Amino acid sequence: MPLSTAITDVHDLKSHPALALLLRWNSAAIEGAKFDRDEMSILVDRAHIRDACVLLRDDTSCPFNYLSDLTCVDWYPSEPRFEVVYHLLSIPNKERVRLKVRLESESPVVESVTSVWPSANYFEREVFDLFGVRFTGHPYLRRLLMPEDWDGHPLRKDYPVEGYR
Amino acid sequence: MAHLTPTPVIEPGQDRTMILNMGPQHPSTHGVLRVILEIDGESVVRIMPDIGYLHTGIEKTCEAKFYQQVVPLTDRIDYLCPLTNNLCYVLAVEKLLGLEIPPKAQWMRVLMNELTRINSHLVWLGTHAMDIGALTVFLYCFREREDILRMFEMISGQRMMTSYFRVGGLALPPPLGFFEKVREFADRFPSKVDEYENLLTSNPIWGIRTKGVATITAEDAIALGASGPTLRGSGVDIDLRRDMPYSGYENFKFNVPTAKEGDVYARYLCRVQELRESIGIVKQALDGMPEGPIKADAPKVVLPDREKMKTQMEALIYHFKIITEGFSVPPGEVYQAVESPRGEMGYYVVSDGTAKPYRVHMRSACLANMQLLPKMCEGRLIADVVAAIGSIDIVLGEIDR
Repeated sequence: MPLSTAITDVHDLKSHPALALLLRWNSAAIEGAKFDRDEMSILVDRAHIRDACVLLRDDTSCPFNYLSDLTCVDWYPSEPRFEVVYHLLSIPNKERVRLKVRLESESPVVESVTSVWPSANYFEREVFDLFGVRFTGHPYLRRLLMPEDWDGHPLRKDYPVEGYR
Repeated sequence: MAHLTPTPVIEPGQDRTMILNMGPQHPSTHGVLRVILEIDGESVVRIMPDIGYLHTGIEKTCEAKFYQQVVPLTDRIDYLCPLTNNLCYVLAVEKLLGLEIPPKAQWMRVLMNELTRINSHLVWLGTHAMDIGALTVFLYCFREREDILRMFEMISGQRMMTSYFRVGGLALPPPLGFFEKVREFADRFPSKVDEYENLLTSNPIWGIRTKGVATITAEDAIALGASGPTLRGSGVDIDLRRDMPYSGYENFKFNVPTAKEGDVYARYLCRVQELRESIGIVKQALDGMPEGPIKADAPKVVLPDREKMKTQMEALIYHFKIITEGFSVPPGEVYQAVESPRGEMGYYVVSDGTAKPYRVHMRSACLANMQLLPKMCEGRLIADVVAAIGSIDIVLGEIDR
């Protein structure tokens, strides 16, 4: 099973149902796409992520009705620094797709998807806690794992592994 | 059972209610879960889980280790199903590397995973029944669990923190007499499941405590991110082993038990049926175990055999390089999900081309399942909270990581 090269041209990937749907809806909101190791990643503009999620959830032919996972990657020191990653699963079609949003370090803010999938509640709180990314419209954005009075966000790359002593 | 129907919910803010702390050191919260309850007499008005008492920053630690050194850390996340976590992580890294795993290693992984599932379900059944008041089941379950732990010790030298899988295959070949021991267990085990069921399934007290308790609909379960038996207990027929097969699961025949009711009893039935299905998979794995190597043919990733390392210069060099520098992984990202005993366990591994993972994120099934608790318990009795927590089978190590 040698690795095949990743396809990053949006036009070559148009046949993928989720990408085709998003492009029909608003091609300006799609910043890029990648098909690598049998997994589809779609880069969505920050302002449109919630609408894109609603669209994918409510699609009739392939509804991505389940939010598997929501997390974040810190690409410090390059910009845009944060990448919020959404893993969607279609329970009827057994399909997966990955959405991504890139956020600049001076304003790591993105709209919450708790209104689309209530399951995003804990996932977003965890990302807020460990990365300091804020989710607007979240019903209860408080630290989840670390103590309430903790300084800093431990999973950021500029936070030392041993912590501050 | 009429007296057990939910009592009407009291509006929060009325001064009839009081706040009660359950945990973090309450025996029925299965670890260090703290649940804040707003109660009116015996009935629960609001419930809020408070987690993080077991947070150890494993995801951060992973970023400072070589790929291979992360495997022992994955054991510690969910200490009841270490091999499932091992499998999920190594599958993700193997997908990043594009490694092909020999059939024997894949079948051994399936065999060990199903034993792990039985092990985990036995702990769940024992503790869940004990929470509700059936003490005997606990002793019965731990009797069989002990057999499985002995097998784990036989194969890996460890009872719980096995770390038996390696990126590219298995750590060691299975020892002599291992398969006979598993076969003997697999022949004996179905009658033991009958024993547990005799104690519980048609027991009227068990029925009153579980039927119609903590009900959740399929729509709510999907929206709140439930997975595994918690989701299948609400009638959603999905099992990643069957629907998105990994590690050779497509070669095995098994049923996916579901139940429609969505209550504690339905989830109990699903898991008990899974015990029987798992033992079926174990038997199939034993019958069809292929011969051949247990490690992939990738000298730059997989450690050479000890014999070769002591006799061949090249093997010695590879060994030295892998131990001191690790192996580098081509840049990219992978999300690998497996069906753990608790639901969808997912590993999101990002590589930047170096020998250490750039980011390892664990999608915890328990964390998502726990979001169901308020929906399940609000408006019901405090005693039902205990049954609900038991029925979603949480492991706090996995929730807090």
